[in-house]
Amino acid sequence: MSIEVRNVTKTFGPFAALRDVSLEVQTGELVALLGPSGSGKTTLLRIIAGLEVPNRGSVFFHGEDATDRRVQERRVGFVFQHYALFRHMTVFENVAFGLRVMRRSVRPAGAEIRQRVHRLLELVQLEWLAERYPTQLSGGQRQRVALARALAVEPKVLLLDEPFGALDAQVRQELRRWLRRLHNEIHVTGVLVTHDQEEALEVADRVVVMNAGRIEQMGTPEDVFHHPANEFVLNFLGHVNVFHGRAEGSKAIFGTLAVDFPDAPPTGSLELRGFVRPHDLELDRTPSADALLEGTIVRIHAAAPQVKIEVLSTAGESIHVESSQERYRAQGWSVGQRVYVRPREIRVFGNGQPARPATPRRTDVVGMSSET
Amino acid sequence: MGARRRRILPGFGLALGFTLLYFGLVVLIPLGGLVLKSSTMSWGQFWGAVTAPRALASYRLTFGAALAGAGINVLFGAIVAWVLVRYDFPLKKLVDALVDLPFALPTAVAGIALTSLYAGNGWIGRWLEPLGIKVAFAPLGVVVALTFIGLPFVVRTVQPVLEDLDAEIEEAAASLGARRWQTIRRVIFPELWPALATGFALALARALGEYGSVVFIAGNIQMKTEITALLIVGKLEQYDYAGATAVAVVMLFASFVLLLTINGLQRWATWRRPAFGD
Repeated sequence: MSIEVRNVTKTFGPFAALRDVSLEVQTGELVALLGPSGSGKTTLLRIIAGLEVPNRGSVFFHGEDATDRRVQERRVGFVFQHYALFRHMTVFENVAFGLRVMRRSVRPAGAEIRQRVHRLLELVQLEWLAERYPTQLSGGQRQRVALARALAVEPKVLLLDEPFGALDAQVRQELRRWLRRLHNEIHVTGVLVTHDQEEALEVADRVVVMNAGRIEQMGTPEDVFHHPANEFVLNFLGHVNVFHGRAEGSKAIFGTLAVDFPDAPPTGSLELRGFVRPHDLELDRTPSADALLEGTIVRIHAAAPQVKIEVLSTAGESIHVESSQERYRAQGWSVGQRVYVRPREIRVFGNGQPARPATPRRTDVVGMSSET
Repeated sequence: MGARRRRILPGFGLALGFTLLYFGLVVLIPLGGLVLKSSTMSWGQFWGAVTAPRALASYRLTFGAALAGAGINVLFGAIVAWVLVRYDFPLKKLVDALVDLPFALPTAVAGIALTSLYAGNGWIGRWLEPLGIKVAFAPLGVVVALTFIGLPFVVRTVQPVLEDLDAEIEEAAASLGARRWQTIRRVIFPELWPALATGFALALARALGEYGSVVFIAGNIQMKTEITALLIVGKLEQYDYAGATAVAVVMLFASFVLLLTINGLQRWATWRRPAFGD
C-alpha cells in the first residue's frame, strides 16, 4: 500500500517539529527517514501511524485520506526503539496479541492463531523461545519478537522507529541485513526512522534526509550519497573535510588550487566552501600542481579496512585522509612526515549555491601559469 | 580447610537480630499479652463472649464495611493515581498532596466532618435523605468513613507502578488494533494488579482497626451500627477485660488470615512469571 504525506505541519508548543512536509512512499518500498535528533523524523513516522495528530496537512493510504482514521483502524505495524513488549506475556502471547484482540467476527480460531504465531516466530527465527518472557531475552531477540508481533496482524505498512538504536554495533549490523532480507521476502511497504546514515544507506530503497522539521533531500542511497543536494546532506552522510576559498572569475580558489566554477557571480568575489570526503584525498611526498595544501602527518590509524591518516596543515587545520591498505603500504607513510594534500574531487558550495563537483586539472592551478 | 561462608554484604546477623528485637517489643509481646489475658477465661466463657449476637453483628459490620471500603478505594484510588500520573492539569501538585490528608488528619476530625456533611441536615445528607438514603448513623456511614481513611493506601501503592509503566506499551497495543478497554484489561491491568492487591490489603487492614472516625458517623446502635472496636471499648468501660481481649483475639486472628491470604495470592501471581526489570 502506498503512503502519501501532504503538507504536514506539527508543533509541540513553541517547537515546530514538522514544517510543511510532503512525502510519497510507493507500494512495497522501504524508505528510511534519516536525520539528527530533533529533525522531526520520529514525529513524521508517528503521524503516519496515527499516534500523533498533525496540526495541518493530511496522510493518504493508497490514495484514501486516512488523516482522521484512528491508529487501531490504520493497520500499521509499529516497531518501537525500546521494543514495548508486554512483559507479563510470553513471547508467544506477545505475538498473538494482535490476533486475540480482533473482533470476534474476524478473529481466527485458536488453532489458526497458534499456527500463524509459530509461522511468524519461525520467520524471525525465535520459535524455540516461544514460552519465554521478554525479560529473559537479549535486546536483539526482543526486537525480533516486536517485529513478529507487528507482522502478526498482516499490516499494510510497517513502521520502524529506530528499531536497532538500542542494540550494540554487531547485533545491529546483523539485524540490518536480516531486515533487508525479510523485506525482500514479504514486500510490505516500510518506513524506517534512523539517525545512523550507514543503516539508512544500506537498508533502504530510498532515503529521505531530514533536518529541523524539513526534508532536505530524497533519493536512492547512491543518489544522496554521491549527489548531495546541499551542505547539510553532505555533512550528515559521513565525514567530510571543509576548505575555505573564494570565487574569482569563473574559478574557485582554495589555497594553491583553482578549479572551474561556472556558477560564480560575474563581478566581485564570493566566499566559497569546498568539501572533500576523506577517501577523495591523496597524499604526495612532493609538491604537485593539483595540491591543495601542505602539512604534516600527526596520526595514523591503520587497524581498519581503510587507513585513516590525520594531517595538520601549515595553517593549523586538521585534515582527515582515508587510503586503502595497499596504497598506504606502498607509500610507506609515517607520523611526522611532510606531505602535500591533493583532492581527486572537490564539491564547491557558495552562499546559496547548489553543489557542483569539480575535478581539478593541471590547467586550473593558480600561480604555476606557464606564461610567467 | 573449611568452605568459605563469608557474606559479601555484611550486617545480616546484626540486622536480623535488631529486627527480631524490635518486632518482639513492639508487636509480638503486646499481642501475646492479649492472647494471654483472654486465656484466663474458660473455653465456654470464651466461646460465649466471641459468639454473642452483639459480637457477631459487629464482626459482620466491621468486615463487611472494611471490605466494601477497600474495594471502593481500589477502583477510585486506581483512577486517582491514573489521573495524577498520566495527565497534567492546573493545581495537580495540590491534588497530589491532598491525597495524603486522610493519613495526617486526626480520625476523629474526619469522623465529625463526615457526620456533619452526611447527617439529615448536612450539605450532602439533606439531598440523600429524601431519596431514602441514610448515611450518617447507618451502616453506610461506616463504609464512607472507612473509604475516606483508606484512600491514600491504594493511590500511593499504584502511583509508582503506573509511573514506571511506559506509555509506549499502550501505543503498541493500539497499533495492534486493541480497543481502549482491551488495552486496559489485557495490558495495563495485569501490570497493575499486584500493586492494587497491596493497596487493597493495606486499606483493608487500616479499616479493620479504625475507631476514631467511625464512632462519630456510625451512631453506635447495638446490633446495627456498632463496630467491633467499639464493642471492645464498651467492654473495657464495664471492666470486662477478659471479654474485651477475647473479641480482640478473634479480630486479630481473622485479620491475620485475611492479610495472609491476600499476600499469598499476590505471591502466587508473581511466582508464575519471572521477575520484572531490565
